[in-house]
Amino acid sequence: MTKTNDDEKLLDKKITRRQMLKVTGAGAAGIAIGASGMGGILKAFGKDFLEDDDTSATNKVNFYGKHQSGIATAVQTNIYFASLNVLVKSKKELQELFQMWTPLAVQMMNGNVIGVYKNTLIPAKDTGEAKGLDARNLSITFGVGPSLFEKKELGLSSLKPKELKDLPHFPKDQLEEVYTGGDICIQACADDPQVAFHAVRNLIRAASGKVTMKWSQAGFNSFPMKNGKKQTPRNLFAFKDGTENPTTSDEKDMNKVVWVQSGDSKPWMTGGTYLVVRRIQMHLETWDRTALSEQENTFGRHRDSGAPLGKKSEFDDMEIERKDANGNYIVPEDSHVFLAKKAKARVMRRSYSYSSGVIDSTGTYDAGLVFISFQKNPEQFIKIQNSFGRLDKMNEYITHRGSGVFACFPGIKKGSYIGEALFNTL
Amino acid sequence: MKTKSLLAILLAGSVVMTGCNSADDAKKDDSKTKTQETTKDASSTADLQKEVDAYRDFALDQLDKFTTETEKFVAAVKDGDIDKAKEIYPTARMYYERSEPIAESFGDLDPRIDARLADLKDEGKGAEDWTGYHKIEYGLWEKNTTKGYEKVADQLLADAKELRGRVETADVTPDLMITGAVDLLNEVSTSKITGEEEIYSHTDLYDFKANVEGAEKIFTILEDKLKEKDPTLAKNLADKFKAVNDLLAKYEKDGGYVSYTKLTKDDTKALSEAVNQLGEPLSQMGVVVE
Ligand code: HEM
Repeated sequence: MTKTNDDEKLLDKKITRRQMLKVTGAGAAGIAIGASGMGGILKAFGKDFLEDDDTSATNKVNFYGKHQSGIATAVQTNIYFASLNVLVKSKKELQELFQMWTPLAVQMMNGNVIGVYKNTLIPAKDTGEAKGLDARNLSITFGVGPSLFEKKELGLSSLKPKELKDLPHFPKDQLEEVYTGGDICIQACADDPQVAFHAVRNLIRAASGKVTMKWSQAGFNSFPMKNGKKQTPRNLFAFKDGTENPTTSDEKDMNKVVWVQSGDSKPWMTGGTYLVVRRIQMHLETWDRTALSEQENTFGRHRDSGAPLGKKSEFDDMEIERKDANGNYIVPEDSHVFLAKKAKARVMRRSYSYSSGVIDSTGTYDAGLVFISFQKNPEQFIKIQNSFGRLDKMNEYITHRGSGVFACFPGIKKGSYIGEALFNTL
Repeated sequence: MKTKSLLAILLAGSVVMTGCNSADDAKKDDSKTKTQETTKDASSTADLQKEVDAYRDFALDQLDKFTTETEKFVAAVKDGDIDKAKEIYPTARMYYERSEPIAESFGDLDPRIDARLADLKDEGKGAEDWTGYHKIEYGLWEKNTTKGYEKVADQLLADAKELRGRVETADVTPDLMITGAVDLLNEVSTSKITGEEEIYSHTDLYDFKANVEGAEKIFTILEDKLKEKDPTLAKNLADKFKAVNDLLAKYEKDGGYVSYTKLTKDDTKALSEAVNQLGEPLSQMGVVVE
């Protein structure tokens, strides 16, 4: 994107009174400001000052706020997750990339088409496939991976939080390079597959020559409705997935599990969080020939109700120590839930199912879970995954194929841009 | 450009200051309907006659050479000189590939000269309808013969000459140049980079290079005008052409290029990404007509 285009955007843009007041600081004063003063103001606010959350937009998630969208945001039906490598060669260029992305993200989250076009000899700035759709609760979450900080030319090494490093090798991992790592991640979630895809596509297109795609994965969720309320979605093993999770509206709990607190990590991460993504293949063929009781023992929950084994409803207390008449644990010791609880660590899971065709070498489904969790320290994830280790009964039915860890920036203040804290700390 | 933006903001400022609510309404309107006005393209506003003439001369020259080289190629085929024919094949085709925006604009001639068997099959035709360079390519590399291809060779030369004659009448416009440059790169992205253009000879990198040169020629012709409109874009394009050319240079061999079969997945990925990174800014070249 060039300077010229931006300036011309200003020309074409309808500026509201509200926005104008914001820029000039006071009503009538605006008229009195001379050309040079105006230029200064324009500079001070950056050229992105015109983009703001449009509170009147339908199905809208806010972009600006204390934390990034797409983390505490109610889980949507679709995800398009992309991992990118950067081509930029300096910190300044990297900063400009995030600055350039900021107004695009706001516009798309407002459900608006980006850019205007006049010259039909040039492709439209917006790829267009989301036209006519509203915002569909689109959220866009940006994060940076450990490899970004290892690029000497970017000069970020001293800013790398010590928590941000590739995950250790876990037992039974079968990671494939084509689904692993990345310098930057973009997680776009929306209640519409096309809106989620469109968001990532347009961000990447606008960054042509500055980033390359490393890997990506689309995913989906479906929510049964009960009394007008969304229920926990089921994964491809047909179990309710996401029952035991921090309540996103409980700020205290979120601060305990998800949001990096001041002093926890590098200062630029305060208010941010760490995203762990695992592309986990689920062997549907073997699962589907497993007896129902065995399936339920695998998780430690009943399939249909989602209730803890031996209990009635999904949200009944697990009471993991319960034993039967013979003194055996009712929730098996090698069940997924038992081992997760044993780890004494918590994360916020925000996963989606995927199905991406057929695996050539086996003729089986390439389907599974885009497991995503948010935590204030990746160590929380590592503890749980290590607790599963070789024991988790579920291992028999899954294979981890992809992996990534990303530091997700704190929320963006109006007038600021994605990741500003990273670029403004010395 | 700076003055323009200041002017814009001042203008906008004065409008909203007097306009009270109306601007707010306008904005609402804007976001609700997501209207985008497409005005007619502005190809006529800028005077690009000089550039158009330069491009026509380039294309004529390329197709002159294409005819001469095709003559040599056809002679070798008819002489049964397989080695010579194989040697001329990739370089003769480069003249065609460079001028493809114009060469291809004659819908009937292009398939006669340049069709692959797969293209014909898509149209429900078969090998019996197949003519042109790729048919002879098949004979040379798959069957290692020129026998039985004499008539095809004669037809090829006749078609090449007819093309050269008809180019005089081609309607060269700025639109054709601008869309042509992007089309050339699209050709690279969709068939050259996949090795689907030269499936017998594997000389795809020659076509690759020629397509890039064809696009670069259009850029160089428009470069001065482009610098006036958008110097950043002009600079970016020059850089990105260089990146692609530098990358291609790694595969030069004996004055030509290595076989496509020598490329690894990483090689084709790097080439493909470089082409896409060039294609995106290239698609903005239309600003020259504004
Ligand atoms: C394909 C892979 C996986 C499947 C199918 C799966 C499925 C499930 C299901 C059905 C539950 C019970 C319902 C619920 O509370 O949401 C559950 C719980 C849980 N899972 Fe997973 N899971 C997978 C991978 C993982 C991974 C990699 C982790 C790593 C951190 C993880 C951590 C947890 C946690 C912490 C709980 C809650 C346990 C509790 O305290 O009750 N899961 N999972």
